[in-house]
Amino acid sequence: MKVLVPIKRVVDYNVKVRVKADHSGVETSGVKMSMNPFDEIALEEAVRLRERGQATEVVAVSIGNADCQSVLRTAMAVGADRAILVQTDEALEPLAVAKLLAAMVAREEPSLVMMGKQAIDDDMNATGQILAAKLGWPQAAFASVVEVSDGRARVTREIDGGHETLSVALPAVVTADLRLNEPRYASMPNIMKARKKPLATVPADELGVDTAPRLSVVEVVEPPVRKAGVVVGSAAELVSKLRNEAKVV
Amino acid sequence: MTALVLLEIEQGAVRQASRSAVAAARAFGDVDVLVIGEGAEAASRLDGVARVLKADCATQAEAVAALLAQLATGYSHVVGGATSFGKNVLPRLAGLLDVQPITEVIAIVDADTFQRPIYAGNALATVRSRDAIKVLTVRAANFDPVAEGTGAASVEGVSGPDAGVDVRFEGMELSQSERPELEAARVVVSGGRGLRDAEHFKLLEPLADRLGAAIGASRAAVDSGFAPNEMQVGQTGKIVAPELYIAIGLSGAIQHLAGMKDSRVIVAINKDPDAPIFQVADYGIVGDLFEIVPQFQSELG
Ligand SMILES: Cc1cc2nc3c(=O)[nH]c(=O)nc-3n(C[C@H](O)[C@H](O)[C@H](O)COP(=O)(O)OP(=O)(O)OC[C@H]3O[C@@H](n4cnc5c(N)ncnc54)[C@H](O)[C@@H]3O)c2cc1C
Ligand SMILES: Nc1ncnc2c1ncn2[C@@H]1O[C@H](COP(=O)(O)O)[C@@H](O)[C@H]1O
Repeated sequence: MKVLVPIKRVVDYNVKVRVKADHSGVETSGVKMSMNPFDEIALEEAVRLRERGQATEVVAVSIGNADCQSVLRTAMAVGADRAILVQTDEALEPLAVAKLLAAMVAREEPSLVMMGKQAIDDDMNATGQILAAKLGWPQAAFASVVEVSDGRARVTREIDGGHETLSVALPAVVTADLRLNEPRYASMPNIMKARKKPLATVPADELGVDTAPRLSVVEVVEPPVRKAGVVVGSAAELVSKLRNEAKVV
Repeated sequence: MTALVLLEIEQGAVRQASRSAVAAARAFGDVDVLVIGEGAEAASRLDGVARVLKADCATQAEAVAALLAQLATGYSHVVGGATSFGKNVLPRLAGLLDVQPITEVIAIVDADTFQRPIYAGNALATVRSRDAIKVLTVRAANFDPVAEGTGAASVEGVSGPDAGVDVRFEGMELSQSERPELEAARVVVSGGRGLRDAEHFKLLEPLADRLGAAIGASRAAVDSGFAPNEMQVGQTGKIVAPELYIAIGLSGAIQHLAGMKDSRVIVAINKDPDAPIFQVADYGIVGDLFEIVPQFQSELG
């Protein structure tokens, strides 16, 4: 069984981004970039499936500019067998990403696409579900447990009131939630080995997909800032403020 | 223009998040709603609903999205709450319709233009869609829900195509709680890693009981097993905006703030005076939570 793992290169989760002065977007130049944290979790799960003998090959795919090679090298250091960069200089929306991924699925014919539930830059939480629709495959989004056997994936999903378990026939799309696993770090020897693993590049426009944006950005602004509060000296003072000033208790 | 809202029913009542979605959709014109299974009657009473469509298909994303895709051609907008159900189904619908979904909407500028947070709420983007049908999920905290109402909208049966996928539902485990739903609560008491372990996390319970509050948690508290996943507040958990949010022993990482910084009044209890939570707190107490929480409780009486 082959597993495809889509990986997005995003602004590192520790960075507090700044809105550009012209309100066209956020400042991303000179900012630390990393693999999307949910994609690290998805990748870890795929690598574990291979280590358990349930998957035969793990292929990482990133859609973006040449800089994405670095996250693909990291993916191979963690355990992906090979990687593909679908290269484009345009910033693509989830719909376009899903269509390009669908084209890669047609080429690679994986049994499972294991991906993040959400990219922490656009916070869209949509690409996996769109991809599943495009492929006509079942989807199991927000996974916290994944078990593969007999051509099916049994997935426990995080839902608002608790969790539910689905069994989906493969091929399917599964998106990873935070509690699926704890991703490993790449060791030095594995980082060295990853340099020799194959990284192919496919120009995005070779895939014959319409990637024209459907949204235009009108403006990007800072969220309203809360005005500074006060530090109180005791629980008694706190209760008095909440009663008499804020009137919330 | 007419919008179609995907409703969620819980114990015979329309979920608050769905009533917020109806409120948001009224900005576009008339509102029809879709109910899967039980609940058509409650839906027909909702304020501002013109027509109820009732289907008996499976509630899995594949079936619901296939049905919505068939219905959507008659609508300018398809809207749902930014709940785990809405976030699962509506992007799939968008894929079927070949449109770019707009998720986690916090404001509607006009019929084509919407505001949504990006980068864990560190920026707010206003986007304009050129798709013929807009597919949106909206955040409950930003739209006052319509009333449960006394209306009598007409109810009409609909059915969708076979989704053509092999998905089996195997079970569901919902946590039982007498407390209000996190997103709907007027007061939220949230704990973080500072609570030390699951046993000590229970310290929050009498306080929540006294205040009629829901209990929330940071990711660290959930990951460490102090609290179940559905209590997580933040960028990747629940988004809350109560009248009062009490953050206890949690540092206030940006991913946590993303889920609660629109609360009306924020209280922080933390032993570290430099914890970022104090930057958004209206009232802070610096000190050991194991001393302060019991004092706070007894001062409340
Ligand atoms: C992709 C991604 C998504 C994430 N999504 C979320 C999310 O949705 N929600 C979320 O919360 N986090 C999320 N996080 C995690 C986030 O970055 C933080 O790691 C997390 O919020 C920290 O939790 P905490 O504040 O409980 O723990 P810590 O940061 O360890 O803070 C514990 C605090 O308790 C205080 N403390 C300790 N003992 C005491 C005491 N006795 N009395 C008083 N104070 C005490 C300490 O001073 C400290 O400030 C996400 C991270 C990533 C990478
Ligand atoms: N440019 C991209 N390249 C590869 N995978 C992507 C890309 N954008 C999104 N994804 C995948 O889709 C998931 C959800 O992203 P989003 O829908 O943007 O929140 C991510 O966690 C990735 O697994």
